[in-house]
Amino acid sequence: MKKALITAAGILFWLIVWQIAAIAVNSRILLVSPIDVVVRLSELVVMADFWGSVLFSAARIMLGFFLGLVTGTLLAVLSGKFRVIRVIFSPLISVMKSIPVASFTILALFWISSENLSVLVTFLICTPIVCSNMQAGIDSLDPKLEEMSKVFKIPSWRRFSRVYLSQLMPHFRSASALAIGLSWKSGAAAEVIGIPDGSIGEKLFMSKIYLETADLFAWTAAVILLSLLCEKLFLLLVGILQKKIERI
Amino acid sequence: MPKAENIRKSFHDKPVLNNFTHDFDEGKITALVGQSGCGKTTLLSVLMGLIPADSGTLTGFDKPISAVFQEDRLCDNLTVSANIRLVTGKRFTKAEIEKELCEVELSGCAEKPVRELSGGMKRRTAIVRAMLAESEILFLDEPFKGLDSETKRVVIEYVRKKAEGKTVIFVTHDREECELLADETVELISL
Repeated sequence: MKKALITAAGILFWLIVWQIAAIAVNSRILLVSPIDVVVRLSELVVMADFWGSVLFSAARIMLGFFLGLVTGTLLAVLSGKFRVIRVIFSPLISVMKSIPVASFTILALFWISSENLSVLVTFLICTPIVCSNMQAGIDSLDPKLEEMSKVFKIPSWRRFSRVYLSQLMPHFRSASALAIGLSWKSGAAAEVIGIPDGSIGEKLFMSKIYLETADLFAWTAAVILLSLLCEKLFLLLVGILQKKIERI
Repeated sequence: MPKAENIRKSFHDKPVLNNFTHDFDEGKITALVGQSGCGKTTLLSVLMGLIPADSGTLTGFDKPISAVFQEDRLCDNLTVSANIRLVTGKRFTKAEIEKELCEVELSGCAEKPVRELSGGMKRRTAIVRAMLAESEILFLDEPFKGLDSETKRVVIEYVRKKAEGKTVIFVTHDREECELLADETVELISL
């Protein structure tokens, strides 16, 4: 409760700073106030078009995230098991981590339609993040717990679900949270470049063309809220799943 | 009867064990004592099958074993009862585990994550885990390390009761622990 209050106080502080800045700038093109954003967002959420765009982008961004999550985790497990796979993939993972989203997006536009661009871009962004985090988790598995499992002859499934999973889950959770945030960032950026019809990216692009700063801020707020919602929901599901696995 | 014959072990050409031979009495508690670095933990690891001996033979150690390691080797993210169930499966009910924990003065700790426990509480959790695991041979490596004298007495009593009928091999450098628990003492000499 106290932590929530402190967080709320921090948010309130920055909203006040923003409001004062908007009053000082006094230009709705350069900077809109938080109140304007809330008003515009409340106008948008009652439109069917808003939810169509949310659904369009969320489905593709989350698909890219899930594909990246599965691929990154598999690569990390295989790299932990087979040194040759680590040697082959580690330069690729390092390169993928440093390539700018814009470069990925422009290159991807040569390969696929703009409609599915965000799937590929978020996949390419998520995979190395998840892989690196999970690899760090696998590398830090305690060999002494492995010895303990051998001494007590703990059955394989229990060993996996309790000994390994309990050590790897913190890494999986932080990798997922980071990857979801970056998925929304990179997915929206890819859509702004590719401008697929009916996407959030298209809406952001249009707000720039028509100098609708309130729209730009409202759609940005929507992306932030969606990203947070996806992260919380996903981590909640992971927690439930982990408890279920541990009970088996 | 578990038997170790002419066990030799070196690390980087430095001998740690040289022709260790001993017959461990079945159902008895044998204490391995000696100065730090004399090879007590190495010997225990060899007997548990965790590291191979350079030479020598082991017989009678192919039975279910259980251990309290020098470090607690608990899963920090799991609760006390989850750590115990990790080795016991569903053989014990919640109430039975709680009763065991009560005996080592850990009542009310069953659902606490291990990372929230003090060093002494972790040690007692590791001891209860080892005592409840199905085993015929019990290896204890400085099991009472970090316990205050009052708690130590309670825990030694608990171990004595739970280990009845099992072959126990325990490492210590504390003479008092030997007197309170051991049926037999074997002294290891530094090489």
